[in-house]
Amino acid sequence: MEEKPARVALFVTCLVDLFRPTVGFAAVKLLESAGCTVEVPRAQTCCGQPAYNSGDRAGAKAIAAQVITVFAGYDYVVAPSGSCAGMIRQHYPEAFADDPVMLPRAQELAARTWELVSFLADVRGMQAVAASWERTATYHDACSGLRELGVRDQPRLLLGSVEGLALRELPGAETCCGFGGTFCVKYPDISDKMVDDKAADITATGADAVLAGDLGCLLNIAGKLLRRGQSIEVRHIAEVLAGMTGDVPPIGSGR
Amino acid sequence: MLATSRNFAANARAGLADQNLQRALAIMTQSGFPLRRRDAVAKLPEFEALRETGRTIKEHTLAYLDFYLELYEERVISAGGEVHWARTPNEARAAVLEICQAAGTKTVTKGKSMIAEEIGLNDFLEQNGITPVETDLGEYIIQLRREPPSHLIAPAMHLVKEQVADTFRAAHRELEPNRPLAEPRQLCDEARALLRPRFLAADVGITGANFLVAETGSSVIVTNEGNGDLTQTLPRVHIVLASLEKLVPTFEDAASLLRLLARSATGQEFSSYTTVSTGPRRPGDLDGPDAYHVVLLDNGRSAMLGGEFHDMLRCIRCAACLNHCPVYAATGGHAYGWVYPGPMGAVLTPGLIGIDEAAPLPNASTLCGRCESVCPVMIPLPKMLRHWREREYAKKLIPPVWRTGLSLWSWVARRPALYHALSEIASRGLGWAAGRRGRFRNLPFAAGWTSARDLPAPEGRSFHNLWAERVKRGANR
Amino acid sequence: MSGARADIIASIRRSLRRGRVDAQTEAELRAQVAAHRRNLIPARAAALDHSGQIDLFVAMAEEVQATVARVPSVEAVPEAVVRYLAAENLPAELVMAPDLGLDDVPWETRPLLRIRRGRAEPEDAVSLTPCFAAVAETGTLMLVSGPRTPTTLNFLPDTHIAVVRADQVVATYEDGWDRLRADGPLPRAVNFITGPSRTGDIEQRIVLGAHGPRRLHIVVVENGQEVRNGEGQE
Repeated sequence: MEEKPARVALFVTCLVDLFRPTVGFAAVKLLESAGCTVEVPRAQTCCGQPAYNSGDRAGAKAIAAQVITVFAGYDYVVAPSGSCAGMIRQHYPEAFADDPVMLPRAQELAARTWELVSFLADVRGMQAVAASWERTATYHDACSGLRELGVRDQPRLLLGSVEGLALRELPGAETCCGFGGTFCVKYPDISDKMVDDKAADITATGADAVLAGDLGCLLNIAGKLLRRGQSIEVRHIAEVLAGMTGDVPPIGSGR
Repeated sequence: MLATSRNFAANARAGLADQNLQRALAIMTQSGFPLRRRDAVAKLPEFEALRETGRTIKEHTLAYLDFYLELYEERVISAGGEVHWARTPNEARAAVLEICQAAGTKTVTKGKSMIAEEIGLNDFLEQNGITPVETDLGEYIIQLRREPPSHLIAPAMHLVKEQVADTFRAAHRELEPNRPLAEPRQLCDEARALLRPRFLAADVGITGANFLVAETGSSVIVTNEGNGDLTQTLPRVHIVLASLEKLVPTFEDAASLLRLLARSATGQEFSSYTTVSTGPRRPGDLDGPDAYHVVLLDNGRSAMLGGEFHDMLRCIRCAACLNHCPVYAATGGHAYGWVYPGPMGAVLTPGLIGIDEAAPLPNASTLCGRCESVCPVMIPLPKMLRHWREREYAKKLIPPVWRTGLSLWSWVARRPALYHALSEIASRGLGWAAGRRGRFRNLPFAAGWTSARDLPAPEGRSFHNLWAERVKRGANR
Repeated sequence: MSGARADIIASIRRSLRRGRVDAQTEAELRAQVAAHRRNLIPARAAALDHSGQIDLFVAMAEEVQATVARVPSVEAVPEAVVRYLAAENLPAELVMAPDLGLDDVPWETRPLLRIRRGRAEPEDAVSLTPCFAAVAETGTLMLVSGPRTPTTLNFLPDTHIAVVRADQVVATYEDGWDRLRADGPLPRAVNFITGPSRTGDIEQRIVLGAHGPRRLHIVVVENGQEVRNGEGQE
């Protein structure tokens, strides 16, 4: 494991901030255990993806410019979300492609921005975690993390090291769950079918729990499983890797 | 073909409720094209590298499309064929009609052609007293049902076999009514027997082209049934209907793309019949058409060159994007409302019929990117869907409530202090409202979400404020 | 439609933001076309020796539901054909391409096999043709149209028997096409045939014999050298 100290800024993400702060704290714990000092710039809000995917390029660029400024100076920027990390890494340079002033700044930020699990494994060389969690779980590959950032083997590697955890491959793991940001409310019927299929696939594995690296997917999947009356536990992978599953009930479960 | 793309949402709902369609789509996703493609790709180690090759070939051709078209025409003519240039569907239809009328045509057999769909050729021929006979089994079935195709290469894949049997019983009235038609074998045999005399009687055969080869002035068609070959060999006249971007420079280039095509489309190593045709019959030939015509259609392609949607011109119509799209797998192809469905349809259709007509299509996607990952010529489909969304935003084609909501969100996101305050209020408020249940069964302002699933409740405090408290306690910087 | 032609070309150039390519570029492009360089060639067949390519051809053809009989010499071809027809319960008659390449086959050793030479007519149930080449990469036959090789033989009858000589087996489509280039002006039609006709249009279930032949039987003559039209050799 990489021992060189690194100064990491946590990109919290809107959904973690609003819905599940524990994921943020789990990320901090993991980053510290990987030898990083973690700061959370207060002036951060959103990565701009809702605007970008809705065609409001100008709005997205305004937000992106803010992000670029706020996260200047850190060795790394790490987000517990493939879609936010992907937005910064892939799409910020794209958005500023015609802007000779902002483009280099966007590229510079993109080059040091990472999704959490990929950062731990690929940059810090983490091969195992010290957590234990007695469950049979299955793992859903969030689309942005998978296709924009190549996050696939790293979560499976680290989950494989969690004591007591039996991991079952999810058939169609890489099929979209139907969240897609505004898609799930613009086309609720189609989104419903997609998440229903996902819930059926998860159920068919016989697993007690389902994990993923993106809170959007997880809220969507948990919401569907709950509506179907199922008690399969839904958690963010960071909670499991950080050994913090005791700190908070599964997503959507009561106190 | 009249477009109903505006009604995508309603079309999609109808598709989701259609039990036969859902059964047909499940067959495709569970045991059909995606699995076969995966197996075929696994058997060719060079597949990934060939995708780069395919992209390079197409990009080179597009960069010099004018040169290659002129060379192509030169070579078609020296092989004894004729080229007709058509800017618009009208001109293409007129060219086909003129050729048919000059040949005294009564019936035309047709191999599968998306361009023919694009220009509404069948209806036009019928209006002018010429009978078009679709010969591809899937196209034949939908011709009988008066439906458009729902897939680029399997036009009738939205149907289950019982529906096909019903269609055949209703259409083939001269046959014994109680004959068994339960199995695809029986349906196929019936179509084969009925279409054979029509192949033999046709005056003109019209095919599309998967590729046009500039080097030799040849057209390449790819079929599994052999209907394209009977269509273009038996009649006196062969018409090739193709759009400009079908061009490739040499046979070697066609061969590289052919290696990608069948594997991406059906998971076959190579289709049963890949035929390279060059001009009419030669002196001494015992069969073949006397005349060979090519109708080259622009219809918006030349305008796409060099622009935001240029990459779409690389498309080789394999349908891999459709086969792997979870939205297509939920709604089926008819939902898209025009000739081209799925991800490639969502990008191409607004370019051909206008973004106003096709406004919903680029939005009916989660941008999951699976399409791009399976495209044999590496078209960045999600990027182009986003480009269309940008145009819609600029033209105010998205509903005002969305525009306002987004603007509001962006406005707040640029004001961190306000943002954090609101986030704390929302997490506390929703956390409290959900109580011990931990989720909402329904939320009036989030009906789009809660109609289909519960909304998990927030933990009750925002991360930023919890973090600020932790920092104040001295636990972190 | 010369107005359309000029407009389309002009529209292309407008979009590409340039005029006509200059003379030098055009000469380079033409030279590139004339050179028709190969792109990436998969190693699958190309890396094998000729005997390996023949084995691969047979294996790939069988995978797509063609049937293959390997015979040691042309003398054995009539027997192989007769046996096949009997095994499929087909009458011993066929229409054959009048190709001189089939003249060295001793058909007279099987006088009960009724042979008509010519193009296919609708009533013909079985056809027999030579091939131009056989592509090992995917078990694909390459057939060309001509005065002695009518295309209808490949498509109209229900059963198609194709005779392949060992030295016609090549690794790739490009190899086959280079041979064709060397042969003179292009024929009207070049058919690359990989297995019998099929469709999956109904519920993705594969059914053989959609419009073309439902049976494709390939007779591979191991020591066979191609007999070219207009030449004789043995």
